[in-house]
Amino acid sequence: MQMLRKLSAGLLLLAVASFASTPAAEAAGQTLEIVKKRGHLKCGVSQGLPGFSTPDNRGNWTGIDVDFCKAVAAAIFNDADKVKFTPLSAKERFTAIQSGEVDIIARNTTWSMHRDTALGVDFPVVNYYDGQGFMVRADLGVRSARDLDGATLCTNQGTTTELNAADYFRSNGMQYEIVAFEKADESVAAYNSGRCDAYTTDHSALYAQKLKLSDPKAHIVLPEVISKEPLGPLVRQGDAAWNDLVRWTHYATVAAEEFGVTSKNISEMKSSSNPSIRRLMGQDGSFGDNLGLSKQWAVHIIRAVGNYGEIFERNVGVKTPLGIKRGVNALWTKGGLQYAPPIR
Amino acid sequence: MSAKTWTPKPARPAPANTVGFVGWARENLFTTKLDSALTLLCAALIIYVLDVGLGWAIVDASFSGDDRNACLKPVQGACWPFIDAKFGQFIYGRYPEMERWRVDWVFALGLLGLVPLLMPTVGFKRANVIFMLGFYPMFSFFMLTGGSFGLAAVDTSDWGGLLVTLVVAVTGIVGSLPLGILLALGRRSDLPIVRALCVGFIEIFRGVPLITVLFMASVMLPLFLPDGVNFDKLMRCLIGVALFASAYMAEVVRGGLQAIPKGQYEAAAALGLGYWKTTRLIILPQALKLVIPGIVNTFIGLFKDTTLVLIVGLFDLLGIVQLHFTDSTWATPETHITGYAFAAFVFWVFCFAMSRYSIFMEKHLSTDPNQ
Repeated sequence: MQMLRKLSAGLLLLAVASFASTPAAEAAGQTLEIVKKRGHLKCGVSQGLPGFSTPDNRGNWTGIDVDFCKAVAAAIFNDADKVKFTPLSAKERFTAIQSGEVDIIARNTTWSMHRDTALGVDFPVVNYYDGQGFMVRADLGVRSARDLDGATLCTNQGTTTELNAADYFRSNGMQYEIVAFEKADESVAAYNSGRCDAYTTDHSALYAQKLKLSDPKAHIVLPEVISKEPLGPLVRQGDAAWNDLVRWTHYATVAAEEFGVTSKNISEMKSSSNPSIRRLMGQDGSFGDNLGLSKQWAVHIIRAVGNYGEIFERNVGVKTPLGIKRGVNALWTKGGLQYAPPIR
Repeated sequence: MSAKTWTPKPARPAPANTVGFVGWARENLFTTKLDSALTLLCAALIIYVLDVGLGWAIVDASFSGDDRNACLKPVQGACWPFIDAKFGQFIYGRYPEMERWRVDWVFALGLLGLVPLLMPTVGFKRANVIFMLGFYPMFSFFMLTGGSFGLAAVDTSDWGGLLVTLVVAVTGIVGSLPLGILLALGRRSDLPIVRALCVGFIEIFRGVPLITVLFMASVMLPLFLPDGVNFDKLMRCLIGVALFASAYMAEVVRGGLQAIPKGQYEAAAALGLGYWKTTRLIILPQALKLVIPGIVNTFIGLFKDTTLVLIVGLFDLLGIVQLHFTDSTWATPETHITGYAFAAFVFWVFCFAMSRYSIFMEKHLSTDPNQ
């Protein structure tokens, strides 16, 4: 008994001692203050997704989602390294943001109505428009998803992917046969061995899986996108100011691309006479102040991570192994969906 | 008549086909037609597996390169440059490179203390135990977490790879054995409340999967805590794993306790020994010896179960290997096979070592005169 009592006392002591830090309770509407006080941003990322958040050989996180958090850190601290990444599993992510374990999540999360309205989170902006697509063998001669009549599809079991594909084929009056597997790796292996004519999943994942095929060059991704998967960062509900900051961080990178401001020419651009650029760079007006940041907030972002085009090309663009084209993620001026409201 | 001494002829050598390798083979491999067929079949299988395995691991493998282009030959075996490039990550995780010497020190000192402790012929056992259970955990704690003695603080979320696997496994093993013994004794206790508590604890923790325990610790706990107050994630896992393993350990130890004949208790009582002395001097030494295979089995299971910490966002060895599959600079058809082979090999080395040591210990402690 005595021993048991000592043991439990010891365990309790251990528990108390391991309260790593005890920051003040995070009241709604104060996220920015808390982040500034803490001195770094806490950002939740995925547990590894090619091009979005993945570690390099030295363990540094890279990817579009990672750059997003770096951009937010740069806007606040003028230092893109003042961010701590927490890899979160799909199941943990919503609790992590609700409990204040992280300030922001950039974890290729699809913005859906249920998540936005029922889970106590807000989606400020979409930083990558993804959607389901198809990959086929190039020598099949198929150039459009419309040519897939009668095809056998490899996909993952019980996911919306399977349902989306069924909907698409049915609504286009085409015959199909689905071969569903438990895991993505199994589906890819089956497709690789010729079990199916096409493999279907989200576009960004198609490009990543393609690299795992024995002859990636013999396969093409069809241009059609058959579902909407708007991916974006998410924040805790109820802090409108923080929501604004995250949203405008993204818009600053999009606006910069639109005006031709890059991380390389940013110093020259400061003396630009274009009023839009002058407002973006904080030369005219005081737009940063309203966000609780400095006038130069956008300059800090772009100097650290570049404009949206640079971020895209560096992480997933055609020169990277993934080789994803801009597609719907092009600027609105080039037929895409990336559109920043005016800064004025 | 002169006496004739009879000298026997020197014995003829045994028939050539009953001695040496040929004899052994006839005896053991080709006794009957069925045996011969099975032998040939197995030989063919071994040669085939070796051929495929070595072909993959050596002949067709790539050994140097800086990115995926090194591993894109038409006939490609293992992609070893991937392991080479990521080796630091696999061992230390995101532990800062400048601070990795601290992990090395902890590993080295652990080995230095553990090896003599495990060898029965080396003395100073008591001092060694005090060193390993008293000084070493403190040393490791301050060394790894830092933040004092002029060492930079390293957040546990930056730990990873083999470091996390070993921290979780060793804490689980060291924590679960004493806790498990106490629980087992408690379960057989005559005191009703103690017994009820122990039975309740054991049955609850044994009744749920480890994933559930980890998940509760990692996802549910923060919801009950006040906003912004956060337990260290690794600490949560360590406690969860240790409690979980102790429930299993308790049942293993209870098996040993039940195997001790009643006469042993009665003899101890006749000598005037109290409960704790009986337990410590008579019962436990015999009971624990009986269940060494069971204990080591639990340890090995625990060691492999550490991979489950991935679901709460910690990257153990397997987790970090899988994480690095997503690095598109290394994405090839062979990358993940190579990574899994590497992880499997490391796990096998540790588990096999534990298993061999348990066999050695069983023999060493055996009092059976027939052995």
